[in-house]
Amino acid sequence: MDLTVLFFLTSGLLLGWSLGANDAANVFGTAVGTRMVRFGTAAVVCSIFVVLGAVISGAGAAHTLGALGSVNALAGAFTAALAAAGTVYVMTKWGLPVSTSQAIVGAIIGWNLFSGSATDSQTLVKIVATWIACPILAGLIAVPLLKVTAHALRVAKLHLLRLDAYTRLALLFAGAFGSYSLGANNIGNVMGVFIDVSPFTGFSVAGIFSLTSIQQLFLIGAIAIAVGVFTYSKRVMVTVGTGILPITPVAAWVVVIAHSIVLFLFASQGLEHMLANAGLPTIPLVPVSSSQAVVGAVVGLGLMRGGRDVDWRLVGNIAAGWVTTPLISGVVCFFALFFLQNVFNQQVYQEVHYALSESALAELEKQFPDTVELKALEGREFRSARDFDEAVEATGYAGAAPEARLRDYAQLSHMFIDPEDLFSLDRHWLSPGQVVAIEELAGREFSHRWQLARELAVRSPEWSRKDDQAVNRLYNKELDRKLEYVYRVFAGFPDRR
Amino acid sequence: MYFQKKVSHLFSSTRSLENQIDEFLDKVSEAGMVFGRAISVYLNQGASEEFNSFLNQAADIERRGDELRRTIESELYVRTLIPDLRADVLALLEGMDHLVNVYEGDMFRLSIQSPDIPPEFHAGYIELTETVINCVDSVVLAARAFFRDIDTVRDHSSKTIFLETEADKISTKLQRAIFGSELPLERKMHLRYFVERIDELANSAEDVADALQIYTIKRRI
Repeated sequence: MDLTVLFFLTSGLLLGWSLGANDAANVFGTAVGTRMVRFGTAAVVCSIFVVLGAVISGAGAAHTLGALGSVNALAGAFTAALAAAGTVYVMTKWGLPVSTSQAIVGAIIGWNLFSGSATDSQTLVKIVATWIACPILAGLIAVPLLKVTAHALRVAKLHLLRLDAYTRLALLFAGAFGSYSLGANNIGNVMGVFIDVSPFTGFSVAGIFSLTSIQQLFLIGAIAIAVGVFTYSKRVMVTVGTGILPITPVAAWVVVIAHSIVLFLFASQGLEHMLANAGLPTIPLVPVSSSQAVVGAVVGLGLMRGGRDVDWRLVGNIAAGWVTTPLISGVVCFFALFFLQNVFNQQVYQEVHYALSESALAELEKQFPDTVELKALEGREFRSARDFDEAVEATGYAGAAPEARLRDYAQLSHMFIDPEDLFSLDRHWLSPGQVVAIEELAGREFSHRWQLARELAVRSPEWSRKDDQAVNRLYNKELDRKLEYVYRVFAGFPDRR
Repeated sequence: MYFQKKVSHLFSSTRSLENQIDEFLDKVSEAGMVFGRAISVYLNQGASEEFNSFLNQAADIERRGDELRRTIESELYVRTLIPDLRADVLALLEGMDHLVNVYEGDMFRLSIQSPDIPPEFHAGYIELTETVINCVDSVVLAARAFFRDIDTVRDHSSKTIFLETEADKISTKLQRAIFGSELPLERKMHLRYFVERIDELANSAEDVADALQIYTIKRRI
């Protein structure tokens, strides 16, 4: 086993540990805080279902890289994961529930700044939007849900002890389901970036039960999450459970359900696809944060009662934590990258060059006719996205093509379709038609990703994007993931392979 | 399999505890019925054998009530049930247990002190006894409603408070009659003591009803 890989793996495990320590509170915080479920029981259930979610559903979404997949060097990914993990750990030490995903995104932005890569401004807007939209959404759902639940329970006239038993079970089920989702949705961030360098090999036991390399990788990541849950999650659980507002056990259940509803409604691509297929209006996909949803639900219930019992000082600290987490993570990552590159001589990023070749400009003109100003850049090569963007701005280009699209066309990504690598393609994930299209390009080289994508689309309609409508979004997203996978498999010059 | 067993155990032990709470509240009502019969027998026969058998019955009920209360309290703590309401429920059980203790205590005092109650006051004592028993029965209903039908707690508590006021009126009227009679002072005071002891049941029941109103408000979901 490559020791370097093992060393870099530790940052993923640390990130997993931080995730477990902080995010377990989102699914079990209210149950433990109201003393309806013992911390030990919550930790065991959470750990089991996190592992199941990560191994079954996390790995099931094949080649799930997570957000860290955009970092193009292992040492860089290591640093970004470490920065995010460290930031979340500090927040956890203070008992503050924060968004681990936003910590990761903050670290990636730090890496983008260091490497000169482009940061999509929409990403920043989305982060800020969630600080406001997510808690409000959760509160708006929690309040009517509690009223309906209270009314239903009054009508049902359950014995106090029976209600207590049902509530405990309901909290356990909700927590188990939430833990499964936590594992499934986050394991890509924790371990995804190590998929291509996984030291494991798949095995099967008596032909009945098998674990692929990815599943084994995700298993150890999930175990790291579970260790985080056991060792350090109690503090944040208590904050979420009763620190903000003393809540009743039934209200505790309502908070967990409201949080799950928010995540489902506003983050579920499956739901969007279903609504679009049925010709119904879709709910816009807002990247909601699990931690923010839980806090929003609790505060919403507090406001329903007049707001007097809410610890507003703590709420203020939590909100400050949401703002500072991505910021601190980004800054720490930036300086850590500098340190790692200049002191330990590690390659923390691979330079991505940009050049608007004649063919690129021709292709661009088909989509966006007014590209006259960009001809001044023809033949020039730029060493970073930042340099390229500045050059484009200098030309005075005011056309319709967004910055990101221009970069897509200009990005130099040398790829060689090595016949030897065709055997390593994941034929369970790619369709036969898609594989045949790749095989037809054996031996060819490409300078731009769009060139490879275009050639594949010409050879097989299964590589063609569908119109950009809500009903096609899932399909196009899956296609993009497959294209990313193909780019990674065949990346590099022929002589370096 | 393990999980199924755990869930099954959770519900069976919950049902068992519900039954114990019901049985405990039954004991309070039972003690009232025994007390009413005992007072009637005492007024007619004095501290006779029949009265003593009712006394023994009351002692058994009180003992069984204590056992149930301790078991329920222990279960609630050991299994950390109803963590947000446990203190209130335990206080409620203690209050109800106090009523059983007063029933039993009054009967023992009758047995030990054997007051000589003139026939002209029998009707007054019986009316007072029936009123305080009804008062206690109302608070038992209120306590049952606290566990099962929270919306009706207020109704039963209001009835308890009304009956306590009625008991006070009967008690005052009876004491006036006693002190307006030709009996020697020591007999008057002895008779007054037992009027107050019986009336104490209604006062204690009212205290429980008042506390129940607070617990009900706190039991918001």
